[in-house]
Amino acid sequence: MRLFRHELRSQLRLYGRSRELAFFTFALPLIMFFLLGSVYGNDRIKAEGNVRAADYLLAGMLGYGAIATGFAGLSIMLVIRRESGILKRVRATPLPAWAYVVALLCTTLIAFALEAVCMSAIGRIFFHTHVHNLFSLALALLLGAAAFTTLGLALTVLIKSAEGSSAVVNAIYLPVSFLSGAFFSPHSFPAALKAIANALPLVYVIRLVRDIAVHNQQIWDRPGDVAVIAAWGLAGAIIAARRFRWEPQEG
Amino acid sequence: MTPVISVRGLTKSYGDFEALKGIDFELCAGEVFGLLGPNGAGKTTTIEILEGYRRRDAGEVEVLGADPATAGLDWRGRIGVVLQSSAMYENLTVAEQLAQFAGYYEHPRPVDEVIGLIGLEEKRDTRARRLSGGQRRRLDLGLALVGDPELIFLDEPTTGFDPGARRRAWETIRSLSGLGKTILLTTHYLDEVEQLADRVAVLREGRIVASGTVQELVGGALATEIRYRRNGEFVVLETDEPTRVLHELTTAAIERGEELDGLEVRRPSLEEVYLSLTQAEPE
Repeated sequence: MRLFRHELRSQLRLYGRSRELAFFTFALPLIMFFLLGSVYGNDRIKAEGNVRAADYLLAGMLGYGAIATGFAGLSIMLVIRRESGILKRVRATPLPAWAYVVALLCTTLIAFALEAVCMSAIGRIFFHTHVHNLFSLALALLLGAAAFTTLGLALTVLIKSAEGSSAVVNAIYLPVSFLSGAFFSPHSFPAALKAIANALPLVYVIRLVRDIAVHNQQIWDRPGDVAVIAAWGLAGAIIAARRFRWEPQEG
Repeated sequence: MTPVISVRGLTKSYGDFEALKGIDFELCAGEVFGLLGPNGAGKTTTIEILEGYRRRDAGEVEVLGADPATAGLDWRGRIGVVLQSSAMYENLTVAEQLAQFAGYYEHPRPVDEVIGLIGLEEKRDTRARRLSGGQRRRLDLGLALVGDPELIFLDEPTTGFDPGARRRAWETIRSLSGLGKTILLTTHYLDEVEQLADRVAVLREGRIVASGTVQELVGGALATEIRYRRNGEFVVLETDEPTRVLHELTTAAIERGEELDGLEVRRPSLEEVYLSLTQAEPE
């Protein structure tokens, strides 16, 4: 446990130091929320039960933040560390593998928690958003972000090089965010796109968050969504546990 | 005394390629041992099997009394590893980096002491990304050293260095040896093992083709050359008995009342010994 605490402190410091990463995965969702909120935050969305667009958007952007921080940020950072040989070097020390990985996941979740707080604050200050059921909401966000972190671990298995990591990751999580209705309501999307979105986890995270924050439900009212998200997270964890590599691609 | 490292009949293949074809060697405590060879000879494969990164196909390997393939975290606390390429967190300073790794060990060496050993006092609070290649390599050494290990693995610690940086790295490695550490080092520079290693094994195509002290290698590998000029043409004699041959040659010349022009007795240079050891024989 001493090693874990030491590693968690170290990882938090490292996270704070990596500006590029912090911008793309942490600040960008906040900026996007501000911009989109300024464009249509005061509308009403008829197709979604005439809710205020800002409330609706906040839920979507929280989902987007979860995938950006948990999935995209974590996997890019890990691939860079793996390919530069840092992970290999850490493996030569007495630090247990679990302590390293769990510290990294906790760091990511803490960063996302901070982002969620900032996002809610922006919503409140600029767009007068209102969220219901904070406890359920926090649980839902934790579940979603945790699932994305294990999927982020699993994704590192597929990425071969540090150079390719942000290209591959962006090519996945940006379209997924779009399809899943993070930026605006997907009700007018063609059926084919909806079908694709329904095969992916983010749509369930966003729906769960919306049902809680906007439609005043509790997380336990939506066991189906919870199960789908948990299954994705579990699948990511299994792939990561079996296939995660500590060494760079070559030698 | 039980050896710190003992390797017997070690083999390893990658697909059809036999990287190691059965090698044997031992390291005693406090010794600096050089594994010398050209690229692709099997140096990194060997050292990474000993570090526990790679599985062997066959043979017996013992490092600090354990099999590296199954050794636990305590065992890892007793070794220090410098990989072939520098690996560190670019956004941490020298001192932070060392403190982070020090935290992984039971009894780390104090960070400032390590900084002194690697000679980076002036760069203590500089982030890794701003260090030069040689400074990074010394920080690499510091990271391997901060856990105060008994055994240190150095995989090509000075490849790509300018002469000044190599000398400084050598100084650091010597100071580690002075602390009583056992060191296994790979290199493709014969002058590096001459400077640092007590004993050497030369790897070629997955086999050890020569081993011993550097003096033994240099002495035993190539015949001594005696040259002189006769009628404007060089005569070159290669011999394992230079004293006798030279004596006969000069006696005969004195009897004939001749001077042997440009008489020279040459020991093979390190470069020549290295090439003769590491390249396939011409025949």
